[in-house]
Amino acid sequence: MQRKVLTFLGRRRNWTIPYVLFLAFFVLVPMALIVFYAFTNAEGSFTFANIQKFWIHPEAMNTFLYSVVVALITTFLCILIGYPAAYILSKMEARRAKLLVILFILPMWINFLIRTLATVALFDFFKIPLGEGALLFGMVYNFLPFMIYPIYNILQKTDQSLIEAAQDLGANPRQVFLKTVFPLSIPGIASGIIMVFMPVISTFAIAELLTINNIKLFGTTLQENIYNGTWNYGAALSLLMLLLIGLTAMLNRGGNSKAAEEGNLI
Amino acid sequence: MIKRILSGSYLGILLLMLYAPILIIIIFSFTEAKVLGNWTGFSLKLYASIFHGGVHHSLTNALWNTLIIGLIAAAASTVLGTMAAIGIYNLMPRSQKAMQMVNTIPILNPDIITAISLFLLFVSLGISQGYTTVILAHITFCTPYVVLSVLPRLRRMNPNLYEAALDLGATPFLAVRKILLPELKPGMISGFILAFTLSIDDFVVTLFTIGNEGLETLSTYIYADARKGGLTPELRPLSAIIFILVLVLLLVINQRAAKKKL
Repeated sequence: MQRKVLTFLGRRRNWTIPYVLFLAFFVLVPMALIVFYAFTNAEGSFTFANIQKFWIHPEAMNTFLYSVVVALITTFLCILIGYPAAYILSKMEARRAKLLVILFILPMWINFLIRTLATVALFDFFKIPLGEGALLFGMVYNFLPFMIYPIYNILQKTDQSLIEAAQDLGANPRQVFLKTVFPLSIPGIASGIIMVFMPVISTFAIAELLTINNIKLFGTTLQENIYNGTWNYGAALSLLMLLLIGLTAMLNRGGNSKAAEEGNLI
Repeated sequence: MIKRILSGSYLGILLLMLYAPILIIIIFSFTEAKVLGNWTGFSLKLYASIFHGGVHHSLTNALWNTLIIGLIAAAASTVLGTMAAIGIYNLMPRSQKAMQMVNTIPILNPDIITAISLFLLFVSLGISQGYTTVILAHITFCTPYVVLSVLPRLRRMNPNLYEAALDLGATPFLAVRKILLPELKPGMISGFILAFTLSIDDFVVTLFTIGNEGLETLSTYIYADARKGGLTPELRPLSAIIFILVLVLLLVINQRAAKKKL
């Protein structure tokens, strides 16, 4: 018996089993529960009522669409601001670049709620009114490091000989960038998008703090439903998020492993 | 030359913007005013009162909870994730791919989905929420990152070393301990640190799995504070201290890594 156990453990592929069970119980079953709750009522019997509520009471849907727009703008601004920064960093001498990258990541170690409240204090100090502009600033401020890091990472790993080849073949600096550097850095942008787009839609707290409760994003809608006990409707709304995740994941096929790699912030 | 100045100042402006709120927190940690942004003269009183507890007992309590949850969750996910990585590395290519896909689900899920799905799990099983559920939830979103930091080390390793140890008569366990673990150690350490930072920084998942028995971590404490309208003044010196500690730590690591390369 003991021998059997030992040979079982000796096969190293069997070491996956605890994690498989864990993932099944804490990731797959909970996600299935979202689907289950979305299609049942409070008594547990099957219904489409939660889904129909999307049209009957469109407030949640409107918040969802508004959040998608905010997330798109934030993501776009992050690329626009973050790409040049990542590019400059990748051209620097390695040691200095590393130090600067650390400086870019460091603010994330301060709790984001405290940082957001400090941003509010900053706006008050300069007498800038809180509102949509403040919201976008706060979002870009919070998520910019997540865009810079993966792009920097991939630019810095770009094979220099490809760039030299382009130059040797007579490309001018603009062409080198547009035809060689930029296309090669797209996976970095893709993982940056994953790190920024979905989280922005689902943030809550940040929007409330930066707009004095005037604007709410989809994350708040979800949280309110769970807190008020309307779990089934909350689950149905979460389903929208799951669909969106599926969509971004499909668009990013192959970029996934890269997206995960950038998780290595250290 | 102009190009260098331009690019340098671009980075400079960005960093200035990123650090402006943090500077505000640090500056205003040296005054006693209740509201962030009011300056009522230089004072170290807030620093003193973090360490004396008493009045702000709940804040120090929340800090301890955060650290303890972070350490347990990070340790557990490092063990689970390292075992999983070793297992995944030895799977057939197809199941290996499938495992890696499932492993990225918790990473791709926004935290509110993880939070709601785990909330529904605990509620439908009738498990009362508290310390255990928070730790389990944190292990759920931390372990994938550990797997991802250990797997590359395995791929880089010479697979024959392990086989050689077995051929020379080592038991599988001895071979794992003497050959595999030393090679994986850097990946495990960075996985642990990453898991720890993710855990102490988490807010949404914690909020949904912490229950209502009065348990608080730093982020739920701050959230409750912010909803009431203002920050507990002691949070300013606390954030300043955490910030300086991390800054020094990262600079030291960076210095040492640079020296090693030379």
